[in-house]
Amino acid sequence: MSVNSLDAMSEQYYDILKEIGNIGAGNAMTALSQMLNCKVDMKVPQVKLLEFKDVATLMGGEEQILVGIFLGVEGDITGSMMFLIELEAAKHLIGKLMGMEIQPGELGEMETSAMKEVSNIITGAYLNSLSTLTNMMIYPSVPFLAVDMAAAILSVPAIQFGMVGDKILLIQSQFSDDIDIDGFFVLMPDLESYDKILRSLGIVS
Amino acid sequence: MAEVIKVGMADLKTCKSPDSITTLGLGSCVGVAIVDKVNRIGGLAHVMLPDSTVMKENTNIAKFADTGVVELVKQMEKLGAVRNRMVAKIAGGAQMFSFDSKSSLMRVGERNAEACRTVLKKLGIPLLAEDCGENYGRTVVFYPETGVYEIRTVGKGTKTI
Repeated sequence: MSVNSLDAMSEQYYDILKEIGNIGAGNAMTALSQMLNCKVDMKVPQVKLLEFKDVATLMGGEEQILVGIFLGVEGDITGSMMFLIELEAAKHLIGKLMGMEIQPGELGEMETSAMKEVSNIITGAYLNSLSTLTNMMIYPSVPFLAVDMAAAILSVPAIQFGMVGDKILLIQSQFSDDIDIDGFFVLMPDLESYDKILRSLGIVS
Repeated sequence: MAEVIKVGMADLKTCKSPDSITTLGLGSCVGVAIVDKVNRIGGLAHVMLPDSTVMKENTNIAKFADTGVVELVKQMEKLGAVRNRMVAKIAGGAQMFSFDSKSSLMRVGERNAEACRTVLKKLGIPLLAEDCGENYGRTVVFYPETGVYEIRTVGKGTKTI
């Protein structure tokens, strides 16, 4: 590592993620609107660097039911990423994709499958822009889905970030279809990878 | 009027009967509840990582099982709790995304639970009950008055241990 202090390392770590996250989220939302074949009103993605205790609040509370998609990131950069969306918003997207209204209650097999498909498009687009920006091979691995309390799902990236600091960096992407939808991206490169990212972005080594 | 004291992620608090103490949405984190059986002074720690000694960034004591549980016991003792009368219960340590993985990040839930068992053993505090593992989130409420540890989930009901 080429930084002098832990604080500096954490700061640079967050700066990188901020830079690449913004573009990734915008691209992902565009891909989503194309997939759903609808004009959506998209807002500029917002980068949030939050203490653990404030993250769940952003998503509507620690017990808010979210759909979380978790996948590994492979290639020149390794690590993982997560995409989160509130359950009702997820059902809306799935319903659009499947051309039907989703019943209340748990996600069935078909809906889960559709959700993974939606996530593949979204996360694929996100990683694509990362690839372009850094000029590196970056691709997603098989996604895993969980529907559970926000804090429980967020414990995964929180723990990953917890190894280098006390904050999580996430990108909030908002768009409006018939309803307002908030999507959250969290990128978690492995510690070895972020040096590569630093160099690829021309941040001095 | 009994209060409900809320503990956040990487946080710990003490609690006196008749108040109860809670933490919401434990995923891979573990909620360690401890109580002095005699004077009913209790506490809850929400820990995220097992071991402070291997991490470069380790100033947040409550974040780690090894330092957080020790600190919780210290704070309880300051309020008058006595260590040899303390007992503990733990919950959480889930693997939220269930897949077969050797990755230590993915097994962190299990490692957290194990670290909590270890530190409690070191402190000589008996672990009376636990609800750890699986792949779902847990909200917990601990009642020092009765020693009951209530565990709520999405879709798997509520249980007490």
